Amino acid sequence: MAYSEKVIDHYTHPRNVGTLDKAKKNVGTGLVGAPECGDVMRLQIEVDDNNVITDAKFKTFGCGSAIASSSLATEWLKGKTVDQAMEIDNMDIVEELALPPVKIHCSVLAEDAIKSAINDYRVKNGFEPIQLEKSHH
Amino acid sequence: MLYLDNLQIMLELPIYLDNNATTPMDPRVLEAMLPYFTNKFGNAASRNHSFGWVAEEAVDYARGQVAKIIGATEKEIIFTSGATESNNLAIKGVYEMYQQKGNHIITVVTEHKCVLDSAHHIERIGGKVTYLQVKPDGLIDLKELEDAITDKTILISVMYANNEIGVIQPVKEISAIAHKHGVLFHTDATQAVGKIPVDVIADGIDLLSFTGHKLYGPKGCGALYVRRKNPRVKVTAQIDGGGHERGMRSGTLNVPGIVGFGKACEIAMEEMASESVRLAALRDKLEKGVTVMEETYVNGNTQNRLPHVCNVSFKYVEGEGLMMAMKDLAVSSGSACTSASLEPSYVLKSLGLNDDLAHSSIRFGLGRFTTEEEVDYAIEVTKKAVTHLRELSPLWEMFKEGIDLDSIEWAEH
Repeated sequence: MAYSEKVIDHYTHPRNVGTLDKAKKNVGTGLVGAPECGDVMRLQIEVDDNNVITDAKFKTFGCGSAIASSSLATEWLKGKTVDQAMEIDNMDIVEELALPPVKIHCSVLAEDAIKSAINDYRVKNGFEPIQLEKSHH
Repeated sequence: MLYLDNLQIMLELPIYLDNNATTPMDPRVLEAMLPYFTNKFGNAASRNHSFGWVAEEAVDYARGQVAKIIGATEKEIIFTSGATESNNLAIKGVYEMYQQKGNHIITVVTEHKCVLDSAHHIERIGGKVTYLQVKPDGLIDLKELEDAITDKTILISVMYANNEIGVIQPVKEISAIAHKHGVLFHTDATQAVGKIPVDVIADGIDLLSFTGHKLYGPKGCGALYVRRKNPRVKVTAQIDGGGHERGMRSGTLNVPGIVGFGKACEIAMEEMASESVRLAALRDKLEKGVTVMEETYVNGNTQNRLPHVCNVSFKYVEGEGLMMAMKDLAVSSGSACTSASLEPSYVLKSLGLNDDLAHSSIRFGLGRFTTEEEVDYAIEVTKKAVTHLRELSPLWEMFKEGIDLDSIEWAEH
């Protein structure tokens, strides 16, 4: 199956690869997926006092679509408020990257990673974690 | 990097290293086939004019070439559409022919899907099947095989060499056990014929499947060897019709395909001795070249193995992602992402590999047209791709920090 140009672009030039200091209070870390399933995403956000995401980093073990989905997610996260970030839907990623049906799970994982990073940040800062819908895999 | 760029200039990209999936046709084979598409177009079953005779003669000649490469006689070769059909015919055909004698067959979990699915068919129509496990190196345990035989066993089907990892089963020992108990022995030798010496007499094989397109011949033409003496073996036809191929496989013969298959066998036989040495050296160079990286593992037995294949797991990177980074190399992976099922390779899993290592595997299949320059390039591209993806991999980072990945509670999805 051929990849879309956008997947290839993100895969070849992944944005925001790296690691934030997870010990910092304003950094939220989401680690989702499992090695057995062939994809693991780690997505991190750094949030300022105004609740705005100033930095986002990822590392992903997975196929090209998984890497592209997480790269795109970090791009979208930067500059958004945490509340706005909660609104990112996996289908937006599917559309942007033109993922075929067999790769939709990669976008779902990216959405899970975003929410998991936000919840980590919330818990660290004394907020209740947001109850997530059971993941739609 | 300069080295890579220099290499790239000399090479035609992409480089084909998936010769276990299929092989390019040898130009000599194509040349032999061409007249049989045009002026020598006759039906080999037309007995009453020269068009038919010419076609029949060509088929007879090719049948001799095909028989010779496995040490058989012409009358023991049944032409089919390929190895999938041959395996279906062997398993279902033996079951139907010998079901008065017994209803039990034995095969192995690492067989090709067409053998396993034929076995499942036998179960659906009331037969019993034992699926032998393999040892971590991919070879079967001969004692387990013998213990699985019952007085109802009519067939043992074990592949000669595996398509994913290249390991060669102890065929002589298997046939000896089968015959000791009066059981027929079938082998799917699709990956082995033309690559290593295969001899139905010396190996004690009763039925053998193989195909043209794995040995530089055309697609759509294969054969089933059915032994005629000691013992005389029969299979019930699975395709009914005009009674071609001694009644075991009806259908107008694919004359150009058969001619090409024959020529391909002839060439493979002539060149096998030197070619297998050349390929083994290149394969070893490739394997050594990529396994200098840490956390890389060669899958399957490396002593009893086809000369042209190696299967390597690059831990902490995922196979499909890796193949994407190796974009100028045509290889394959046991990763789930390459299949519709989202399950990693059942062959690698049956070796006892954890799913994550199965997801991280790449199969390199070298062939007649692979050059040393291509191998050098493949080594560099692979190393670069693995290094790049490990930099992106959270698992690699954790491994480097000394975190035990097994201690993490992963959310399986």
